[in-house]
Amino acid sequence: MLLTIQSLTKTFPGTKALDGVNFDLSAGEVHALLGENGAGKSTLIKCLTGAYRRDEGEMHLDGRLISPTSTSEAQELGIGTVYQEVNLLPNLTVAQNLTFGREPRRFGLINSRAQKLAALEMLQGYGLDIDVGRDLSSYSVAIQQIIAIARAVAVSGKVLILDEPTASLDAAEVRMLFDVVRNLRDRGLGIVFVSHFLDQVFELTDRLTVLRNGQHVVTEQTAGLDRLQLIHHMLGRDLEAVEEQGHTGHAPIVERPAMLHFTGIGRAGVIEPFDLTVHEGEVIGFAGLLGSGRTESAELLFGLRRAQTGEARDQSGPISIETPQSAIAAGFGFAPEDRKTDGIVAELSIRENIILALQAQRGWARPLPRAEQDRLAADYIKRLDIRTSDAEKAIGDLSGGNQQKVVLARWLAMNPRFLILDEPTRGIDVGAHAEILKLIDRLTEDGMAVLIISSELDELVVAADRIIVVRDRRHVSELTGSAVTSDTIMQAIAAEDHAPAQEVAR
Amino acid sequence: MNPRTFPLLATIAIFLVAYAICSAQYPTIFSSRVAGNLLTDNAYLGITAVGMTLVILSGGIDLSVGSVIAFSGVFIAVMLRDTGLHPLVIFALLLVVTTLFGAAMGGLIDILAMPPFIVTLAGMFLARGVAYMLTIDSVPINHDFYSFLQKSYYLMPGKGRLTFIGVLMLLTVLAGMIVAHRTRFGASVFALGGGTATARLMGVKVRRTTVQIYAFSGFMSGLAGIVFSIYTGSGYPLAAVGTELTAIAAVVIGGTLLAGGAGYMFGTLIGVLTMGLIQTYIVFDGTLSSWWTKIVIGVLLLSFILLQKGLVHLSTRQRGARI
Repeated sequence: MLLTIQSLTKTFPGTKALDGVNFDLSAGEVHALLGENGAGKSTLIKCLTGAYRRDEGEMHLDGRLISPTSTSEAQELGIGTVYQEVNLLPNLTVAQNLTFGREPRRFGLINSRAQKLAALEMLQGYGLDIDVGRDLSSYSVAIQQIIAIARAVAVSGKVLILDEPTASLDAAEVRMLFDVVRNLRDRGLGIVFVSHFLDQVFELTDRLTVLRNGQHVVTEQTAGLDRLQLIHHMLGRDLEAVEEQGHTGHAPIVERPAMLHFTGIGRAGVIEPFDLTVHEGEVIGFAGLLGSGRTESAELLFGLRRAQTGEARDQSGPISIETPQSAIAAGFGFAPEDRKTDGIVAELSIRENIILALQAQRGWARPLPRAEQDRLAADYIKRLDIRTSDAEKAIGDLSGGNQQKVVLARWLAMNPRFLILDEPTRGIDVGAHAEILKLIDRLTEDGMAVLIISSELDELVVAADRIIVVRDRRHVSELTGSAVTSDTIMQAIAAEDHAPAQEVAR
Repeated sequence: MNPRTFPLLATIAIFLVAYAICSAQYPTIFSSRVAGNLLTDNAYLGITAVGMTLVILSGGIDLSVGSVIAFSGVFIAVMLRDTGLHPLVIFALLLVVTTLFGAAMGGLIDILAMPPFIVTLAGMFLARGVAYMLTIDSVPINHDFYSFLQKSYYLMPGKGRLTFIGVLMLLTVLAGMIVAHRTRFGASVFALGGGTATARLMGVKVRRTTVQIYAFSGFMSGLAGIVFSIYTGSGYPLAAVGTELTAIAAVVIGGTLLAGGAGYMFGTLIGVLTMGLIQTYIVFDGTLSSWWTKIVIGVLLLSFILLQKGLVHLSTRQRGARI
């Protein structure tokens, strides 16, 4: 075994984040580390990379006992990590990033020619043909990710930890990244792969380890498990909620009254003009690859970007969606994709986050009475089952799923008729995932319409009554009723002259 | 071409165009005398700006430099008056003091996780106060070594004087260029400017680097103080008020991003010379009031900030297209 971890324990005040966890990794394998949020994945990784000191247990690398005290010490021992958000410096060149801290020097000064050569050498075998003299920020996230891997491998070279590396990549980029990972596996590295995407786990990994509530649940050959068993291990409870959910979608929509009509909404270079009719109590899904125009479509509908053409109408006449303010006034809500930076105010309490939009609408001169705020917060914490000790806790301390529920509560407090959710379940564990989908379903019973944008097809299939497929900045097709399956969506996305390889080359 | 170099090229182009315009109007501006004076008059500012550039590249700011210059002048003048030490010994003592002063500010910034703005603001009041403590008057410096330094120059063709302090400033810029662009320390400075958390993950020793950056700026302010005392021949606690802001302006006009992480040391030299050129032009004109200098510098500063904003916008759009 390249790396063995025995009965690792890490305690934080009040909780046991890791309780006697075992983990092992052999050279030349890709080992998935799975679990819900709070299962202990990140604590395990942080112990391994020196960000945390373990309380008990042993870690052996190549048979030697290790206890790294800092990230750089772990790197020197041979453990490199690549995170979801690329941890390289966008303001330096690719060559500077690759050789950082180990720049070739002559007479004490950095030799930039040798630096570029060293960088090119490090990139060999990764299938990248790029100019290492350019700034890192001029390349796509996928390429930056691979550069980060190249650096981690060169610096450390034994164990590579990939912490949700695919979260912001599209399908073609994921494939490119996987080729790189397989290549490294064949070169004899031990790779730990953390991901929420179960498809990717099955596609890429040799073995997997599941953690739950800080404890080791199972370590198995990936090929010997099926999806349901895996989810069962991860959740430790039956998935009735998710399955039950599956039967509620795809209800016929014909008899529902139309609520909103968008005609010819478009903006040059962003999305071609499209029409959309929203019915009461309907869940619409936008499907498409990253960069296809699905998020941009929603942004036009909410006034985040100004539409150059088209108009919006409801039963009583035209409505303005020129700015988010006017869209909110028209009864729209929008929960953005990047929850951490655009969705929540991490330092404010749950209560303050919930009343944010409502208060903004009333204006600063008419503050919402504190009693009313408390009532609203208590009400939504109960209705949406937000798990928190009290409403005054900072929202940043909650798990991703609970943060998302607070964002939902904020819009529900406005009593919207049309709610747009961009990737509502990104970065949320499987259990909370099902709860959010169930919640969406419940909301529409009262006539509210919901628009979901998601890259997880299964999620769209379960949640949406109608799917609109967006491709190359165009709304290309619409699927309803029984036509809504993962396969049909995938076919619609992949139809015609679509060549995924070009996505990367651009 | 790398979009990072645009601000530097813009700075150089503006300087050359401005010089050409000034020379066309007053041909004598294009002479070695004016060039020599430009270097001499702005020597202390250039040296200060070298330290400031490094601080700004790291994403910080150092407001104490003007006060440190005043303190340095007073320190030298009082020591020369009251002790029998040779000026070179006093210079060495002074540089140790100002470097430690800078290092202490850097240490506080990192240990207390305080914004550099507030820590160096405290340093600014402190240094100015200590200068007042030493004396409240302007203390003249009369020493043979000082007269020697003031009189040492190289006579360029055209009778222009390349003075000792002018040369010292150019050498300082050269040293600054090497430190910023060709050493691992410089790479760490850029890394800090790109993001502290990321820099730490890439192995930058953040505390040590922060201390070194502000120590470097403290050393440069001390050196600028020495140059200023040679230039004026006295020490005065009210000297160099507002120099920190002029230095920041020179750095930004020189094409360094105020937010840190991007810029060139050479651009700072051009920034300093551009500001000096405006002043020279106003002296030549004779009818313009001196506040025109401030107006032109204000306009230049604003246009550079707009240019940088535009470039950042451009590069994010470019990146968006690639994804």
